Amino acid sequence: MPTPLELARQLRETFSDLLAEPLEFRGEVTLVVRDPERIAEVCRHAKETLGYDLLLDLSSVDNYGDEPRWTVVYELYGLAHACHLRLKTSVGEEKGSVPTVSTVWRTADWHEREVYDMMGIRFAGHPDLRRILMWEGYPYHPLRKDFPLAGKPTDLPEVAFTRAAPLDGGPFVTVAGGADSIAREPRSRTPED
Amino acid sequence: MESPSLVQAGTVVTTEFGYNSKIEGEVVHTQLDSALNWFRKNSLWPMPMGLACCAIELMAAGASRFDISRFGSEVMRFSPRQSDVMIVAGTVTYKMALALRRIYEQMAEPKWVIAMGACASTGGMYRSYSVLQGVDNIVPVDVYVAGCPPRPEALLDALIKLQEKVSREPITRTLKRDSGPEKYGRLGIEVTAQSIEETRSH
Repeated sequence: MPTPLELARQLRETFSDLLAEPLEFRGEVTLVVRDPERIAEVCRHAKETLGYDLLLDLSSVDNYGDEPRWTVVYELYGLAHACHLRLKTSVGEEKGSVPTVSTVWRTADWHEREVYDMMGIRFAGHPDLRRILMWEGYPYHPLRKDFPLAGKPTDLPEVAFTRAAPLDGGPFVTVAGGADSIAREPRSRTPED
Repeated sequence: MESPSLVQAGTVVTTEFGYNSKIEGEVVHTQLDSALNWFRKNSLWPMPMGLACCAIELMAAGASRFDISRFGSEVMRFSPRQSDVMIVAGTVTYKMALALRRIYEQMAEPKWVIAMGACASTGGMYRSYSVLQGVDNIVPVDVYVAGCPPRPEALLDALIKLQEKVSREPITRTLKRDSGPEKYGRLGIEVTAQSIEETRSH
């Protein structure tokens, strides 16, 4: 039985410079794909040659203030060899687009729709890139760091009743570094604009 | 005519409530308003708008222990055309709000709304971009039920309160009222044909 690190090294031998050295932390192996344009190619190879037949999750990270802003994370798993592998690739805000892997694993279809809905990263070649959680026509991407928790009023006429939620009295947010528990756990906190 | 509840010394006290054909014959005198309201309030068929955990308590209210059929509301209708009172049980997200509003529009008059639980009443703990802050923003609410979730008894209490409200309605005066397109809620939302079309296409 191969170990996750061996499989990651095999993958790196195939793609050499495209992939960074595999990082292992507490038994979890992460590979960084340097060119986001080739992520689907790497994924297809991992599935067809290395037996990573299951895409457990596809998520995204907003590195707000850093460049490149987005990181897309792929959690791979092989049912036969029971090994995990995490692939990461970064893409800048001005491009904001990654090739779809829904052609590799069909489950990626809805995962990518969720990432698109919540974070606004587009997936080139996706068969049906619509919003999945928010309603069609909603103009924002709520999981972005610069989106306030309370939401923003939308200016579309048919959803004109969306407005910022009142935050007085909750949610029960915490503020790090407060002197006492009253400062650390305020009743309310005005969202950063 | 003698009152049916006469207290006489040394005899058994008998009290008759309601209609007794032996005493009153086969005639009931009442007002049209009260009769119609009596029909209405004892068969309020719910539209169970179960959107979250409150729906579990709604189901409990319908089951044998609490038995909502004691109040004539056991007929949960999943068709808005056949229901009288929409019980909004749970968190109303903005995405669901359009569907909820459309179902409300499809219900035949007369219709009532019970906002069950904190989420349906005010948004509850979900102070969030995705949650409608109270269903009274888009539909007129008759009774609010506190609780997270409310006990089935609280829902039954709300139903009794709604029955009291229904029995006070001067319906013969409002029967021919032109309801027309109305604006509802604190924000005065008017759902247009366009937005309903859009809901339908999704």
